[in-house]
Amino acid sequence: MGELRLMKGNEALGEAAIRAGLQGYFGYPITPQSEVIEYLAQQEPKHNYVLIQAESELAAVNMMYGAGGAGARVLTTTSSPGFSLMQEGISYIASAEIPCLFCNVVRGGPGLGTIQPSQSDYFQSTKGGGHGDYHTIVLAPNSVQEMVDFVYLGFELADKYRTPVTILTDGAIGQMMEKVELPDPIEYKPDKPWATTGKTKDRERNILTSLYIQSEDMEKKNQVLQKKYDQIKKNEVRFDEYKIKDADIIIVSFGLTSRVTRKTVDMGRKKGMKVGLFRPQTLWPFPWEKLEQYAEEDRIKFFISVEMNAGQMVEDVKLAVCGKKPVHFYGRMGGIVPAHDEIYNHIQKLSEKE
Amino acid sequence: MKKGYKLIYQRPKTLTDTRINYCPGCFHTTMHKLLMEVVDEMGIQEKTVGVCPVGCSVFAYNYMNVDMQEAAHGRAAAVATGIKRMLPDRYVFSYQGDGDLAAIGTAETLHACNRGENFTFIFINNGIYGMTGGQMAPTTLEGQKTTTSPYGRDVEKIGMPLKMAEIVSQFDRVAYVERVSCNTPANSRKAKKALRNALEYQGKKLGTTFIEVASNCPSGWKMTPEESLKWLEDKVFPYYPLKVFKKPDKKEV
Ligand SMILES: Cc1ncc(C[n+]2csc(CCOP(=O)(O)OP(=O)(O)O)c2C)c(N)n1
Ligand code: SF4
Repeated sequence: MGELRLMKGNEALGEAAIRAGLQGYFGYPITPQSEVIEYLAQQEPKHNYVLIQAESELAAVNMMYGAGGAGARVLTTTSSPGFSLMQEGISYIASAEIPCLFCNVVRGGPGLGTIQPSQSDYFQSTKGGGHGDYHTIVLAPNSVQEMVDFVYLGFELADKYRTPVTILTDGAIGQMMEKVELPDPIEYKPDKPWATTGKTKDRERNILTSLYIQSEDMEKKNQVLQKKYDQIKKNEVRFDEYKIKDADIIIVSFGLTSRVTRKTVDMGRKKGMKVGLFRPQTLWPFPWEKLEQYAEEDRIKFFISVEMNAGQMVEDVKLAVCGKKPVHFYGRMGGIVPAHDEIYNHIQKLSEKE
Repeated sequence: MKKGYKLIYQRPKTLTDTRINYCPGCFHTTMHKLLMEVVDEMGIQEKTVGVCPVGCSVFAYNYMNVDMQEAAHGRAAAVATGIKRMLPDRYVFSYQGDGDLAAIGTAETLHACNRGENFTFIFINNGIYGMTGGQMAPTTLEGQKTTTSPYGRDVEKIGMPLKMAEIVSQFDRVAYVERVSCNTPANSRKAKKALRNALEYQGKKLGTTFIEVASNCPSGWKMTPEESLKWLEDKVFPYYPLKVFKKPDKKEV
């Protein structure tokens, strides 16, 4: 059993990274996640990771490229405007197949937006974000505990698939304090024969690049990436369910919103509404298949995607449900967290209509 | 080798046996050779990691037989920082053009220098964007014609050409700055010595080392290689003098 502590989401994430064998952190301050770099800066003398406060997110993501490419376990954290700046680098990292862990503690946008929590970077995170055909694995924690767990998982998946992984969370989870169980520290022993550590006599030189000037080579590279993404889709879908076995209405929500909708489910159940909660923990790969199965069950009347944005994940829900059942949406924007009864009332009205 | 013949010159071992794609007379070719000769002579192939830019030398990894990373346009200094911090006992260099290092990547360049990142910049200043077909660079000379300054660089509109060696030599944590060229055998030898100095200082962890090469681009300049050499002497060196701007104290070395 690990160590129990009361911790802020952002700090717990930093502590988890240290315990998971962090070797390089590169970041630039931005609310609401600056606690991560502050925490890591405080802890730095006790450990031997490298920490650089970069001159910009652009520099930070490229330090990730270099350090990750040199074989190190690397992390950066940012919030929405900073994540936008990092997209160029993430595209290069995806193509050069360098394991890197990103955490976007989302705040409301577009533009400079607000520092309040939001889920409005769903599209950016799950559909690629930068240029070209690529995906990052996207993990969506809904508690401080999952912030910790997904750091371990994120590092593992990044190494396993040589791919960038994003933890997509929000300002509220980053800032709130909860009890958390910290796993024991691990001794990280990277096995990365592809890393640019210096060409020894027994091997060819290692080159990390995203340049394939001939169309045939570029297509081949894309096929390699797509094959990898198929593997990830097959193996890495994760989700959580609550009171779904006998439900006839399924709420789909992730992250912070899923904590609210869980209460909506409890409220609905008390009032005789057969409602359940489906919570994707991986937003990419999205649990399309599981939702499709539910859509095929007669008992299900409709789905409703509840999000803190203008309706982003609902597109994936619709893709999964494929017209077999109605799919509704309820959302708040600008950093407003919807209340559980507000959602209940909305669903109540929908079910009268259906 | 045939009996009676003596080997007096060969390709450095750390240069791959690949047909080089640079235009005839381009200094990129010479600088690749000099750099790899130094790596050979210092015996550090196993400990060297390079970063190539976006620009004509984007394929440097095809020619240099060392581990390499290809950086996004302008980000080589950040990538090299990441590598060097993780592998402090390796020799790390970034090899960049002027668009890469002094326009889109200026912030990364200056901050890496200011932190005193212990790697070597090899900065190929040819006053033009070679790869994209001869557009104006931050280092294009006043009045010089390019495809985007067809009437000559207008410094009223775009400012004076940037003097990167002069700028970075102002930083405390930059250890060594020299501007060299390879327009003559004598200058090539000096350039090689400068590369060797830079890597040796890096090995001694003295701070950032920065070699600017006053380079040519016959194709972009629309000149023969020979004309490009004359242009260097007449126009480039007066504005970009070849000299040592900063070097470590004797006792450090
Ligand atoms: C983000 C981005 N913007 C623009 C380009 C297009 N581009 C490629 S190389 C280059 C300029 C290269 O010039 P320089 O750095 O001087 O190197 P040279 O080719 O002269 O050696 C540009 C603008 C790019 N690849 N990426
Ligand atoms: S375009 Fe200019 S810089 Fe590029 S290879 Fe040709 S001569 Fe050299």
